[in-house]
Amino acid sequence: MSTVKLTIDGKEVEVPKGTRVIEAAKKVDSDIPFYCYHPGLSIAGNCRMCLVEVEKMPKLQIACHMEARDGMVVRTKTPVVQETRKHILEFLLINHPVDCPVCDQAGECWLQDYYMRYGTHDSRLNENKVKKKKAVPLGPTVMLDQERCILCSRCVRFTDEISKTQELGIINRGDHSEVDVFPGKELNNPYSGNVVDICPVGALTDRDFRFKMRVWYLKTQATLCNGCSRGCNIEMQYGDQRPHHAKGDRVMRLKPRYNEQINQWWMCDEGRYGYKFHDHNRILNPMHRSEGKVEEKSWEQILPEAAKLIESAKGQFGVFVSPQLSNEEIFLIDKLFRKHLQNKQIFLISPTPDGFQDDFLIRADKNPNSKGAEWQNFRYQERTAADFFTACGKGQMQGAIIFGQDLLTLHGAHLAQPALQKLKWSLFIGSNHNLTSEFATHVLPSATYAEKEGTFTNFEGRTQKFNQVLDPLGDARPEWQILATLANGLGLSMKYDRTSEIFKELAEHVPPLKGLNYAKLAAEHDSVRRFAAPMVPSLMQDEGLIFQTTPETHPTQTTPSPA
Amino acid sequence: MEKLISKYFVPGKTFWMEECLQDGGYAAAKSVFEKLDAAGTIEEVKKSNLRGLGGAGFPTGMKWSFVPQNTGKPVYLVVNADEGEPGTFKDRYVIAHCPHLLLEGIIIAAYANNVHKAFIYIRGEYVEPYKILKKAMEEAYAKGFLGSKVFGRDFALELVLHRGAGAYICGEETGLLESLEGKKGFPRLKPPFPAVVGLFGCPTVINNVETLAYLPFIFQRGAEWFAKLGSEKNGGMRLFSVSGHVKKPGVYELPLGIPLREIIYTHAGGIRGDRKLKAVVPGGLSAAIFTADEIDVDMDFDQLRAKQTMAGSAGVMVFDETTDMVEALLVTMRFYAHESCGQCSPCREGTGWVDRILTRIGMGGGLERDVDNLLDICSFMGGTTICALADGAAMPLRSYLQKFRSEFEAYIRDKKRVGGEDLETHGGSAVKRGEGASATL
Repeated sequence: MSTVKLTIDGKEVEVPKGTRVIEAAKKVDSDIPFYCYHPGLSIAGNCRMCLVEVEKMPKLQIACHMEARDGMVVRTKTPVVQETRKHILEFLLINHPVDCPVCDQAGECWLQDYYMRYGTHDSRLNENKVKKKKAVPLGPTVMLDQERCILCSRCVRFTDEISKTQELGIINRGDHSEVDVFPGKELNNPYSGNVVDICPVGALTDRDFRFKMRVWYLKTQATLCNGCSRGCNIEMQYGDQRPHHAKGDRVMRLKPRYNEQINQWWMCDEGRYGYKFHDHNRILNPMHRSEGKVEEKSWEQILPEAAKLIESAKGQFGVFVSPQLSNEEIFLIDKLFRKHLQNKQIFLISPTPDGFQDDFLIRADKNPNSKGAEWQNFRYQERTAADFFTACGKGQMQGAIIFGQDLLTLHGAHLAQPALQKLKWSLFIGSNHNLTSEFATHVLPSATYAEKEGTFTNFEGRTQKFNQVLDPLGDARPEWQILATLANGLGLSMKYDRTSEIFKELAEHVPPLKGLNYAKLAAEHDSVRRFAAPMVPSLMQDEGLIFQTTPETHPTQTTPSPA
Repeated sequence: MEKLISKYFVPGKTFWMEECLQDGGYAAAKSVFEKLDAAGTIEEVKKSNLRGLGGAGFPTGMKWSFVPQNTGKPVYLVVNADEGEPGTFKDRYVIAHCPHLLLEGIIIAAYANNVHKAFIYIRGEYVEPYKILKKAMEEAYAKGFLGSKVFGRDFALELVLHRGAGAYICGEETGLLESLEGKKGFPRLKPPFPAVVGLFGCPTVINNVETLAYLPFIFQRGAEWFAKLGSEKNGGMRLFSVSGHVKKPGVYELPLGIPLREIIYTHAGGIRGDRKLKAVVPGGLSAAIFTADEIDVDMDFDQLRAKQTMAGSAGVMVFDETTDMVEALLVTMRFYAHESCGQCSPCREGTGWVDRILTRIGMGGGLERDVDNLLDICSFMGGTTICALADGAAMPLRSYLQKFRSEFEAYIRDKKRVGGEDLETHGGSAVKRGEGASATL
């Protein structure tokens, strides 16, 4: 690729031809402020915040639209530029209500942040502000406040160019311009939540998150979405110090995290709002159920008992492997049940049927790790649950180990329930209650994927690491720990302190992962992230103005697609 | 002085096809088709020093030579008949009196630029001119001057007449293109320029009505003859729309470079009631204003630019000594606040803010720091936006404040009210936002 050399604030920088000055400037740490610019959208050039001086050009130029050229000399910090920024901010604030104390965006608002950096002027306004509509629901997920809007048109461009649903437009002219949905439409598309992420101000807020928690109480951790087999990179944002907020829920919201090869800047609403299971309807203690009576047990009591039952079943039990499990956990299942106990009744069962799919991010397969399971020779439909239920009916089975799937709902109470009833025992290992957990004889609470670490392999064959965000709720434990303890009770020694150790072993057995380890996954990932545009202006990250991050922030790792 | 276009400006009369042909109409276009090729036609226009008379004054021949002919895409010609600059009404005269002059110019421009489809974007308020133009187009189609075989030759030219919906910003050439494409009239970021990526993504020539209407004269009487009519690098004549406090307001066709004093006192008959002149807007509302002492200036693009104003659309608005400059500026700035498209922050917010400050001053609530604040706002509103609307607002704002500062200070000091009325509730002599501002000028 041909490159061009230009000088920005006295520093020479070489960038690929076609690079915008605003991007080139990042490389020499001359961050240029902006509102309307978004690297994932077309250039609107309307906020005028990124005006810079370019030698030989009489007027200031917008850095978002200006292509870097050979020999160009750009100055981003001159008094004229600074003074212009200050005035642009003043213009943007003239009709802004400055209602930060009641605005949900406060703390992650670009008006606030740039005002502190470039504005700090006293108000010269002695006039009334233009009145517009407030708290207008645009659809099920997004709330609009037109007075807070700076008309950057990012949301309009998003619905035109990314979701391609065209619900939003700017109506009226001049300072009476306002963003709104077109008549008869509502903002209700599979990606509508993204407009909240890209809205730099408090105009578009998330109806799901609004007023739950001030953003400065949020912590954030990079991880993956487990909502489908795409494996979108996300930030999981949570609060764990203010249980009096949001009824004690920990996970507050999910935000997309840039990954050029997987989800760019976006995520779907299905994934975005599908986080409630981390805090709701959780199984908190190991339980034993017999003749309808439920008894809470400790791990020390229940695991030896479970091991004993498995051992005595002598292969006459089924294992329902879930594609929601990590590669590491599937590896332990393979090691323990298929190789060590020589069990033949192993089924890969998706806990959710296939759903909506589109040609952008959303996949029909709602499991994050079907491909990883396939790489370890667990495939759908090789053996179906129906085969197992028939065998149960014939009295050929003693037990079943179920990894969270709700067999009663999936296979109908008329098929699954009579079959499971014939069994001596059923061991349910899962994070959330469902009909099957209410039925099983032994219930072991497992961690959700946010409460453990591991890897998922997406449908393209990219293996990515997800990180532990939260501590397991109640007495829950990650499945890999449960499996290792069971194995030790079944005569197979498993000594793992961390999933990285399992992965190292797994990589030797699974050809596509050969030679990989967590450290190498990180290196691959860095090469993807290097030129990533920040979701928020980098100044907020520089100065720690946004979100405290947990002390150990592990970036999520991505391998290239082998395909 | 010889009249070219304006000789047809007979009150109440339109020169239809028959009369037009008797007067030698379409002969120039025919001769271009017979004697010249496209490049030769452009060369002639270059030699004539014809400038874009819509307001920007860009040399027409040079504009045409920028159009790429090898993109594999059609080249479009768009005629800007949106004439929205307050104080300007010349294009309306051209269309209403001699529509065939415009059509002949369009045919020449189409030939020069290899255009086979042209569009006229006519101001929505121009209902009568629209009807006239429509009829004239029908006549031209019937004669075979437009259509699949122009002048019987192997050259097709389809002409589309499109009415605007009343937005000032749709007279800005890229706002016009957006509007013509069926979108909201938001001016486009440049580059790319319309010559390269214009209407529907194709190379596009955009010319003003008056510019095109001069083409037949250039090819009838020669480029050198036309160039000599005007001043240096400013070829030919142009139509000055003279309005305001003069004895004979109207459209005057005069050579480029004519002194402003001569326009006012010789051609427009001087100030009404022989009062004293106070100020003159030389080139449409967006031009910086002149005081009475500054009118010894030659009215061409380059000399007016040197005086920090512009020739613009040649809308000359004359204010006599009875004019209240605060009220005049208030009406002016209200226009921009109403017409800002709202795209760029400085213009969207700045024009509205200026309007509200001036309204407050005009209602007796002025503050001492207002004038300096306005000047400061003005410096950052102009030069920071996508199109020139904000510059067009900043220019009069700055010039009124600087040249008539004492009047603003008097208002603030004496808590004077414009017309003694409540501007927001009664409207008074300054119109309310949302109504046409030019009505009171």
